[in-house]
Amino acid sequence: MSSNHIVGLKCKECARRYPEEALHVCEFCFGPLEVEYDYDVIRQRASRETIGAGPHGLWRYKAFLPVQPDDQPVDIGAGLTPLVKANNLAKELGLENLYLKNDCVNPTYSFKDRPVTVASTKALEFGFEVLSCASTGNLGGAVAAHAARAGVKSYIFIPANLEAGKIVGAAVYNPVLVAVDGNYDQVNRLCSEIADRYRWAFVNINMRPYYSEGSKTLAFEVAEQLGWRAPDHVVVPVASGSMFTKIWKGFQEFARTGLIDDRLPRMSVAQALGCSPVATAHFNNTLNVRPVIPDTIAKSLAIGNPADGYYSLKIIKESGGSAEVATDQEIVDGIRLLAQTEGIFAETAGGVTVACLKKLVDGGKIQRDELTVAYITGNGLKTQEAVAEHLEPSVQVAPTLSSFEDALAAREREPVVA
Amino acid sequence: MARARVKFTFPPDLIKEPVIHNMSMKYNIVTNIRRANVTKDKGWVVLELDGTQEAIDGAIASVTALGVRVDPIEGDVIEG
Repeated sequence: MSSNHIVGLKCKECARRYPEEALHVCEFCFGPLEVEYDYDVIRQRASRETIGAGPHGLWRYKAFLPVQPDDQPVDIGAGLTPLVKANNLAKELGLENLYLKNDCVNPTYSFKDRPVTVASTKALEFGFEVLSCASTGNLGGAVAAHAARAGVKSYIFIPANLEAGKIVGAAVYNPVLVAVDGNYDQVNRLCSEIADRYRWAFVNINMRPYYSEGSKTLAFEVAEQLGWRAPDHVVVPVASGSMFTKIWKGFQEFARTGLIDDRLPRMSVAQALGCSPVATAHFNNTLNVRPVIPDTIAKSLAIGNPADGYYSLKIIKESGGSAEVATDQEIVDGIRLLAQTEGIFAETAGGVTVACLKKLVDGGKIQRDELTVAYITGNGLKTQEAVAEHLEPSVQVAPTLSSFEDALAAREREPVVA
Repeated sequence: MARARVKFTFPPDLIKEPVIHNMSMKYNIVTNIRRANVTKDKGWVVLELDGTQEAIDGAIASVTALGVRVDPIEGDVIEG
C-alpha cells in the first residue's frame, strides 16, 4: 500500500486545507490546524489482528498516527498501560463497572510520553534537529527523554521561580534548561515568539497538530483492552483540553474504521476548582471559555486559557457528558482514596479525576451500571508535597518487642481515619 | 517591522470602549482582525498587530493595564 493515509492539515474553524508541514495555525483565520486522514487507507491497513500483532506499546496504532509507515518511531516505551478493573473504588463510589486507565506507569511517569513520542517522530521526519517545549513538569521530562533517545538537542523553557524539585525529572536527561524570569504570561508569550523565530520542533506549538494526535491512543488502548468496544462513560482531567478532544477523536476513528461499533462514550470533564474555565463554561451553558488565573495544587492542570476549551465543550454537549470541579482538599482526598482502594499513587491530576468521578456519581451524572473509565494521567511521586502533610506520622518505638506491642495496642485503640 | 498574532479578551466594562482603535492610534500599530466574538457583556478578538517591536510591546502593555487579557493565539503553551 503506497497511498498516504495523511491527507494534510485542516483548519478547525474555516476548514481551509494545508500541506503536511510543521504548521499549527491557519494563516487566514488564525484557527488551530488538525491532521486530516484518509480513512479508506487506514481501514485497509489496520485490523484487530494487525493491531494485536503489533508492538507492545502505542506504536501498534501507527496506522492511525500522523507519521509515515516507514518512519522509525522515537520510542522509549510509551503506552499500552494497564486498564485496571477497580472493584474496590467502584464499591466506595457506588459504581458497578469501573475501570482505571493507569498512565502513571509510562516511561517518564505521565501520559505526556504519548503525544511526545509522536511529535518527536514527526519532528525527525521533518528534519528538525532540536526538540523544545515550555513546561512546569511532565511535558519537560517527556520531551527531554525523547530527545535523549533520538540523539538530538532539547531546549526546555521553565519559569525561573519553579521549585528545583520540579525540574529534576527533566534535567536528568541533559536538556538545555532555560529558566525565564518573568510572570507566567510573559514566559508564555516569549515561548510563543521563540517558536515563531527558530526552526525548532516546539512539540506543543508548531508540532501541535501532530503532537496532540498521540493522545488518541488513550482511547485506542481502552477500546482494545475492553475487548473492542468503547466504554459508556469516560472521565478525563482537563487542562488545555487537547487530551479530552483527542480521546473523543480516537473513539470516533475506531468506530469509523469498523474496529468498534458506533456506540461512543459520554465524555465528562474533571477540573480543579482553582482552574476550571471549561467546567465553569459548561455550568453556565455557554461555549465561551473565559480565561482564569490558576490557583490550585493541581499544577499539571493549571492552564487558565485552554486552547481546546471550546472544542471540549462541544464534545461534552455532543456526547451527553458533563463536568465537575474539585477543591484542593477534595483533590488530596481523591489521591488518598485511589491509593488506599486500588494501590495506585497518582499525582494531583489523578486526585482531580477521582474527586470529580465521585461527584459525578453522587450527582447522578454517571449511572451506577455504566461501564466507566477514569483516566489517571500522572504518577504521585511527582507531587508528593500535595499529600505529605496529610499523611499519618509513623509509629516510633524503642528497639524492644514490648515497646512495639504497646505502640501497636495504642494504635489499634485509635479510630480508623480514612 | 515586527508582527504579533494575539487574542484580546475583554472584561465587561471595556466592551463599549474603542480599545483597539485607541491602541492603534497611540502606538502607530496596524491591526488586522481575523476572528471575533463580542456580545454586550463579553468578548474576544483574534488579531494581528503590525508595527515596530517596541510599539507592539507598548501596545500590549497598555491594553493589559486597562484590563484586557492578552494571550498568544496558541493559548497557554506552558504545560504541566
